[in-house]
Amino acid sequence: MTANRLAESLLALSQQEELADLPKDYLLSESEDEGDNDGERKHQKLLEAISSLDGKNRRKLAERSEASLKVSEFNVSSEGSGEKLVLADLLEPVKTSSSLATVKKQLSRVKSKKTVELPLNKEEIERIHREVAFNKTAQVLSKWDPVVLKNRQAEQLVFPLEKEEPAIAPIEHVLSGWKARTPLEQEIFNLLHKNKQPVADPLLTPVEKASLRAMSLEEAKMRRGELQRARALQSYYEAKARREKKIKSKKYHKVVKKGKAKKALKEFEQLRKVNPAAALEELEKIEKARMMERMSLKHQNSGKWAKSKAIMAKYDLEARQAMQEQLSKNKELTQKLQVASESEEEEGGTEDVEELLVPDVVNEVQMNADGPNPWMLRSCTSDTKEAATQEDPEQLPELEAHGVSESEGEERPVAEEEILLREFEERRSLRKISELSQDAEPAGSQETKDSGSQEVLSELRVLSQKLKENHQSRKQKASSEGTIPQVQREEPAPEEEEPLLLQRPERVQTLEELEELGKEECFQNKELPRPVLEGQQSERTPNNRPDAPKEKKKKEQMIDLQNLLTTQSPSVKSLAVPTVEELEDEEERNHRQMIKEAFAGDDVIRDFLKEKREAVEASKPKDVDLTLPGWGEWGGVGLKPSAKKRRRFLIKAPEGPPRKDKNLPNVIINEKRNIHAAAHQVRVLPYPFTHHWQFERTIQTPIGSTWNTQRAFQKLTTPKVVTKPGHIINPIKAEDVGYRSSSRSDLSVIQRNPKRITTRHKKQLKKCSVD
Amino acid sequence: PPGPTRGLLCPRRVNSSTEGARTGHSHYVTPAESAMEGSDCTAKEPPLANVCRQNYGAAQDPVEPAVPRSASHVTGSSLGKAEVACGRRWRKTAGNIKCELLRRIILISVPRNYDPALHPFEVPREYVRALNATKLERVFAKPFLASLDGHRDGVNCLAKHPKNLATVLSGACDGEVRIWNLTQRNCIRTIQAHEGFVRGICTRFCGTSFFTVGDDKTVKQWKMDGPGYGDEEEPLHTILGKTVYTGIDHHWKEAVFATCGQQVDIWDEQRTNPICSMTWGFDSISSVKFNPIETFLLGSCASDRNIVLYDMRQATPLKKVILGMRTNTICWNPMEAFIFTAANEDYNLYTFDMRALDTPVMVHMDHVSAVLDVDYSPTGKEFVSASFDKSIRIFPVDKSRSREVYHTKRMQHVICVKWTSDSKYIMCGSDEMNIRLWKANASEKLGVLTSREKAAKDYNQKLKEKFQHYPHIKRIARHRHLPKSIYSQIQEQRIMKEARRRKEVNRIKHSKPGSVPIVSEKKKHVVAVVK
Repeated sequence: MTANRLAESLLALSQQEELADLPKDYLLSESEDEGDNDGERKHQKLLEAISSLDGKNRRKLAERSEASLKVSEFNVSSEGSGEKLVLADLLEPVKTSSSLATVKKQLSRVKSKKTVELPLNKEEIERIHREVAFNKTAQVLSKWDPVVLKNRQAEQLVFPLEKEEPAIAPIEHVLSGWKARTPLEQEIFNLLHKNKQPVADPLLTPVEKASLRAMSLEEAKMRRGELQRARALQSYYEAKARREKKIKSKKYHKVVKKGKAKKALKEFEQLRKVNPAAALEELEKIEKARMMERMSLKHQNSGKWAKSKAIMAKYDLEARQAMQEQLSKNKELTQKLQVASESEEEEGGTEDVEELLVPDVVNEVQMNADGPNPWMLRSCTSDTKEAATQEDPEQLPELEAHGVSESEGEERPVAEEEILLREFEERRSLRKISELSQDAEPAGSQETKDSGSQEVLSELRVLSQKLKENHQSRKQKASSEGTIPQVQREEPAPEEEEPLLLQRPERVQTLEELEELGKEECFQNKELPRPVLEGQQSERTPNNRPDAPKEKKKKEQMIDLQNLLTTQSPSVKSLAVPTVEELEDEEERNHRQMIKEAFAGDDVIRDFLKEKREAVEASKPKDVDLTLPGWGEWGGVGLKPSAKKRRRFLIKAPEGPPRKDKNLPNVIINEKRNIHAAAHQVRVLPYPFTHHWQFERTIQTPIGSTWNTQRAFQKLTTPKVVTKPGHIINPIKAEDVGYRSSSRSDLSVIQRNPKRITTRHKKQLKKCSVD
Repeated sequence: PPGPTRGLLCPRRVNSSTEGARTGHSHYVTPAESAMEGSDCTAKEPPLANVCRQNYGAAQDPVEPAVPRSASHVTGSSLGKAEVACGRRWRKTAGNIKCELLRRIILISVPRNYDPALHPFEVPREYVRALNATKLERVFAKPFLASLDGHRDGVNCLAKHPKNLATVLSGACDGEVRIWNLTQRNCIRTIQAHEGFVRGICTRFCGTSFFTVGDDKTVKQWKMDGPGYGDEEEPLHTILGKTVYTGIDHHWKEAVFATCGQQVDIWDEQRTNPICSMTWGFDSISSVKFNPIETFLLGSCASDRNIVLYDMRQATPLKKVILGMRTNTICWNPMEAFIFTAANEDYNLYTFDMRALDTPVMVHMDHVSAVLDVDYSPTGKEFVSASFDKSIRIFPVDKSRSREVYHTKRMQHVICVKWTSDSKYIMCGSDEMNIRLWKANASEKLGVLTSREKAAKDYNQKLKEKFQHYPHIKRIARHRHLPKSIYSQIQEQRIMKEARRRKEVNRIKHSKPGSVPIVSEKKKHVVAVVK
């Protein structure tokens, strides 16, 4: 019941809906009847559906209510006309039996099978084959794309691509297949056979074989190893020796030498114990060496080295020591061994000789080494004082006086002078003291000094007087007292007075001096070229020479030399310098004159300016004058159009843009296009470039070695393709570029005869056709 | 003062030392002075050898002739001499080393200021250098090296030896095959291989044998080395076919070769029947070529204007492209697996990518008659073509115009051309029975170059490249003398081409827009691609 009620309510609802729909339908549908009929059918179906909801599947007979399409003319209702009659329904028994299942299956199979299509013609099949094969091949080939691209874009390709290994076939392989055929060859082979030369196995002769048998492989290897080791050791040793030889340290070498000597001594001792005869021989050898040493002048301070050291020895402690060492070595070598006893006299004699040979400076040094030498010490202190004077030029003369009073004039080292000479330039600028006071002070100091060596100075005084007389023209203001000491040793004083002294050329000075001196003392000429040495010699000699006159002579020479170098210069300067300068001036003037004459015609600058003015004028836009003489006026010869008219018909040209070289006085910029240059210019932008500045930039970067470093030059000029002469370039291989080459042989695939379309091919084909 | 006397005079020696003192270097001794002093020392002191003698005993004195010489004496003295010699040599070498070192220091440390202000006008200067380089290149362009004569008929085919640069094989129209030695420039072997033309010749990849095909319907295999003394010249194998073979090529890795005639046959060397024959249509195929990289690929060209590609593994043709006129031969690029170039009867060469046959990658035109043969440089950057117009031309792969043309007065129609495996030379065989040898780079200097020469060459090359677009340089670089026939032909064809172009332009101009399609030059020559 409830179901019925439900159905009724549903019905009502549907009817309402239909009512709502109706106006629309009415408007839209063309025929009303059809719509009604439709509604009828729907209603019917709905009812049926509802009735079936009951649960029992009963079927009601259709009640005939009004005429409808469903009613057939035979008064048979076409109930269930929507459902088709199915074959299976007919066959289906009331009860389902299993025996019919097979038939059913057969039927279904029959139903599923279609008719077999006609086979494709041969061309079609082949076309399919081809297409499939082509796609496959294209796929295979596409693996080369990156390689090809890379090679095309490569900066440089070097061929051959693969690394070749030289294949050297052993000679046996080469000759194995070869036979002697021609008569000549046979003859040669016969000869070889006779001489037991190898023919078949051409590597080894019987002798070689025997030698092989003599030494086994292991032995050979061992021997080779030994040789290698020895060679290595030797090279190490050589390297070490070289390294040691290079060591510059004298101390090191000294130590080494000492060590060696010690070792030799030890050995000798041992030898004496073990084998006295051999020891004696050794001794003899040593004796011989001693004799040789005595004969030679090797360690006698007479060599060049020793002499140079002797010069240095005064100032250089090391040099002194070196000399001493040499001497001691000489002593050592010349010493007689204890075996043969000597008399004392002989010894004394040798020492005398030695003393004679050895320069005095060295003796001094020895003294110094033995104990403190007051003279030497003083000289050192005076040196330091000299240095101090640099700082305080005012006090200088006094300090010097101090030093001089303490030391003896003869003992003063030359170094003082030299140092002073060097410092002269610096001091010159600082010197402000009046000449008079300077004159007085050195003079005083010299007086004190004079007391030390009166006799010598008296001599010197005479000599200096002579010199003075010779040079009357001198403007030097040195007083008669002051000159002597200045001449002798104290150079600083005169130098202070004449600061220009050092400026004049030396060569002129010496020549002048030569002339003057030549008149007086001819013998001095010899010593002119080497005044310093003479000075040194003179320095050295007075110390140990007992005889006075000799010494005086030396002194004289020395004084002259000093004069040469320093004192007499002012006069020279006053005479020579200006003339030289004048000469130079004249020369220059001449030169200038010559140049002027040579280039008299062309004034380049004015020409250029004129040219530029012309260029500017030419580039200016011109006014256009359109006046016609005689138009609207009286005509005739000599008539001029009026100014008014001219003004009226003159068309002024507009002012052009400013010239580019307006502000550049030394430049003319031609703004016209140059036809000659245009012939060398690129007109169209070349292909790979997209903009003109790209092209310009490539042109503007130079690649030559004039503008680039060597490496950059090499990089910029690397050729694109490099081939080695005489090398075969094989086609590129998969292995060359890192691909795996197919292991399958091309041949083996053919032999399997793949001329059948497989299902895979079909699929591919379908894909192709879809595409 | 003269040098030698200086050391001998004692006062002079003192002198020198005093001079040193005056200049303030008294303790320094210059090497020259020390050397002078050395001679002095020897004069005064016993020389080193004497001391040695003392140490070893007086018996070994080589100066004393009175002492009878025993073996030991001889060895001793010789040892001493050797030492002296060694010493002298050492001194010498030390001097040399010093010199060398000094030289190197000078060479290496030459200061160079790269300030651009000091080296102005770089562009004009380089331009002038480039111009000079271009001119010199033209001046030194002498490409012709040698002519190998000996054939008694036109040379029909050439083959390179795969392992030997000096060996070249050639087949003539009278059936004669000759083997040449290029270094000696003479013929080393002559074989009467066929009756009638030798149509094709190819070498085996190992270089031990070669194959020929001829008009007598045979394929013959020959040994590369000549027969032994007194032996007959005989082929290793002879295959008698049913039809005429017109071309042959050998596989690059395996014992397989391919012939062409009415169809493309692939043969195993051991068999007398082809293991596979491929055909597509019925026409005579003029040439077949194996791909050198993907070796299962083949290309052939037939007289019905087509180029056919084959896959040997799948035993099937792949694709066919039909061009406007017949292709005489093709050549694969040895560095790019899918690129090949076809020499066509329409005076052009076409470079194809085999995956896209409808448009050639490049159309190369400069010849004025049918192109008969083409061969790639082993570098794959250029190829050479031989033409019926009695010239050979060298084309860059990516340029449509040739960079070089070679011709001589006596060279007739060039039938075959080959680029040697070292990429330095070109050989061409022509109708008038000669094989000519050319340089691939006309102005290249042959032989070993010094490093400076090489640097100069590279620099000049780069300069030419840099300024190649400048009109003067371009004009000079492009200038070639041509025989009158070729020159006039070029002029004529230029006129014809211009006329055709003008006509086309006019047609487009005077017809409805879009009704006349604009076809590019590349597409114009391809008639169809058949799948």
